[in-house]
Amino acid sequence: MTALLQARNLSCHFRLRRETLFGRPPLLHAVDGVDLTIHAGEALGLVGESGCGKSTLARLLARLLDPTGGQLFLHGAEISRESVSRFARSDRRRAIQMVFQDPTESLNPLLTVFQSIADPGGRLLGPLSRTALRQRVEEAAAAVNLPLEFLDRYPHQLSGGQKARVGIARALVVEPQLLVLDEPTSALDVSVQATVLQLLDRLRRDRGIALLFVSHDLNVVRLLCQRIAVMYLGEIVETGAAADIYRAPAHPYTRALLSAIPSLRPRGAGRIRLDGEPQSPVNPCATRCRFAGRCFMEQPLCTQVAPELRALPGGRQVRCHYAG
Amino acid sequence: MTPLLSIRALSVEFDTSHGTVHALDRLSFDIAPGEILGIIGESGSGKSVTAYAVMGILDRAARITGGEILFRGENLLAMAPRARDAWRGRGAAMVFQNPRTALNPIRTVGDQIADVVARHSGLSRRAVRARVQELLRHVRIPDPERRALAYPFQLSGGLCQRVGIAMALACAPRLLIADEPTTGLDVTTQAAIMELIRERARDSGTAVALITHDLALAAETCDRLVIMHAGHVVEAAPTAAILSRPRHPYTAGLLRSVPSLAGSIAQLQAVPGSLPDLRRADLPPCRFAERCPRRLPRCDAPGPLALEEIAPGHLAACRNLP
Repeated sequence: MTALLQARNLSCHFRLRRETLFGRPPLLHAVDGVDLTIHAGEALGLVGESGCGKSTLARLLARLLDPTGGQLFLHGAEISRESVSRFARSDRRRAIQMVFQDPTESLNPLLTVFQSIADPGGRLLGPLSRTALRQRVEEAAAAVNLPLEFLDRYPHQLSGGQKARVGIARALVVEPQLLVLDEPTSALDVSVQATVLQLLDRLRRDRGIALLFVSHDLNVVRLLCQRIAVMYLGEIVETGAAADIYRAPAHPYTRALLSAIPSLRPRGAGRIRLDGEPQSPVNPCATRCRFAGRCFMEQPLCTQVAPELRALPGGRQVRCHYAG
Repeated sequence: MTPLLSIRALSVEFDTSHGTVHALDRLSFDIAPGEILGIIGESGSGKSVTAYAVMGILDRAARITGGEILFRGENLLAMAPRARDAWRGRGAAMVFQNPRTALNPIRTVGDQIADVVARHSGLSRRAVRARVQELLRHVRIPDPERRALAYPFQLSGGLCQRVGIAMALACAPRLLIADEPTTGLDVTTQAAIMELIRERARDSGTAVALITHDLALAAETCDRLVIMHAGHVVEAAPTAAILSRPRHPYTAGLLRSVPSLAGSIAQLQAVPGSLPDLRRADLPPCRFAERCPRRLPRCDAPGPLALEEIAPGHLAACRNLP
C-alpha cells in the first residue's frame, strides 16, 4: 500500500488571550505532534472524545487550516509549505475534499442542489463547458443515488439523509482521492445512517477513494474502517488494524472507550469507569502522560515521564508505558 | 400492579401556518412504578411531544384533541393549573436533551437548583443550601461547594447534565422523564450518566421514561421498550422480547439498521422511505404502510389500527403480523 497522505509531527496550537500584560500568551495544544499515514483506498477511523482535537486534525489533514508545526505530504510531496489559501487555488486541492458534520448547516440555503454540487467543480476543474459541468454534476448525483429531479430543489426541501448525500456529491464532483468526513452521520436517524455508510463503503471499494472518518460512534467505525487512530488531548494514543483494536485494545483510554459503547450484544468484560477530570489542553505539562489522573493503570512513572508512541507487534502503536 | 402513569388514546395536534400536524394519534402505553421504560423512535415520531404532554409543557400551538393521561389514577389533563404546577417536580420531573441550553446561562447552577428546592419545599435558606450540596453530591459532582458557584458555561457537558439530573431529582419525583439525556455527550460520559440515572431510579424506586433514538442504549438500560412511529405506538414489550423476536415490521427494520448488531457493513439495512407528512389529511390508518414490505390491501382499510396484545405483555399494532 502506498501512502496517500502523510502527516509528520503535525501540530496546531491556538494562542489564547494573555493573562498578564507582559506574559506569554498561553497556548492551547489542539493537535500535538501527530504522525499519521492514510493509504490509498483505505478507510481510517479517527475516534476520541469531544475536545480531543479530532475535528482540528481533520481540518489540518484536509488543508482547511494551517498547522503551527510539522509537515504534510501528498503522494510524498510536501503540501504544507504553502498557505491554505494558496493551496485552495492549486490543482492539488481536488485530491482532498471534506464532508462536513451537519448536512443542514453546511449547505447554502440559497443555492439549489445543482448549484451546491457544481460550485467546487466550477472552481477546481478548470474551464468547463456548461454541458460538461452538468454532466459531472449528474454523475456525482448518480454516484450518491440522488435522483436527478432533486437537482433543482433547495436544501429545505430535502430530508436529512438526502442533504447528507448532497454533501458527499459536492465533494465527489472533483474526483478526490481522499474524503475527510467529520461525523457525517451523527445528525441522521439510524435507519438513514445505514444507507449513507453503505454508500461511503461502496465509493471506497468501487472508486478507490480513501476515507478519513471522524466519529465518536465506535460501532460505526468498526463497520466502516480498516484502521483506527485513537486521539486523546491532542495526541494519537493508539493506532492499528480496526479488528485488532476492537478485539484487544491496548491503551487504557481505548479500553475505557470501547467498554462504554452501548451494545445490543451481551457484554464480555465489565465497564471501565473513568474517574477524575481530564487535564487542560492549555500549556500541557511535557513530563507527564496526558491521560494521567483519569487512568486506572496509573503508576508513579506516568506523572514523571510523558510516554512516546511505541510499536507493538502487528503494526500497532500505543502511547503508554504499561500497555501491551 | 396498577400503573404509575397510564396514557390512554392521547391525540395531539399542532396548528401551523402550513396546516395541522397530527403529531400523536390515539397513543397508549403505561409505566409501572419503579420501571425503566424506553421510548424509541426516529426524529419526528412524537417521542418528545409525548413527554411534553405528560409534563404539561406543550407549545401553545399544540391542541390535545383526545385521550387522557392518568397519574396514579388521576387524569392530569383535568387537573387545575395550580395543582398541575404543584404536581410537576414531585409527580414527574424531566431531564432535557441539551444540558447546556436547558440551564439558565446567567445564573449559577447552585442557585438554579436552589430555586427548585425552595419552590417545592418551603425550607429555610440555610436548609435549601444544604440540600443543594446534598443533591450535587448525589449526582457525583466532584467538589460540590465550588461547583455550586459555577455558571453553566464553566462546566463540561457531562457536568451540566449531572446538574440537570440533580434538579430533576430535587423533589424526589415518582417519574423521571429523560429526553435524549446523553445525545451530544461522549460515550464514556454517556455511560456514567446512564449509570447515574439507573442507580438513582433503583435506589429511590423512581420510574424512568428514557426517550432515545439509540436502540442499543435503551436495550442496555430499560426493562421494557415502546417503539413509536409517526405518532403511533407500533410495538411495546419487554426489552428481551423486542430484541429476540420483534413482531412489528418497523421494529424489525430498525433492528436491522443498528450498527452494533451488524457483523459487516453489508448486513446493515436501512428502513426504506421516511415518515409520512403528518400534515396530510388522508393519513392512512397504519402510518407505516407506505414504507412496509408486508403491506396488504387490508392494511389500508378504513378504521383505526388497534394495538393488540399478541403475547403476554407484548403489544403490536399491525394487520399483517408475521
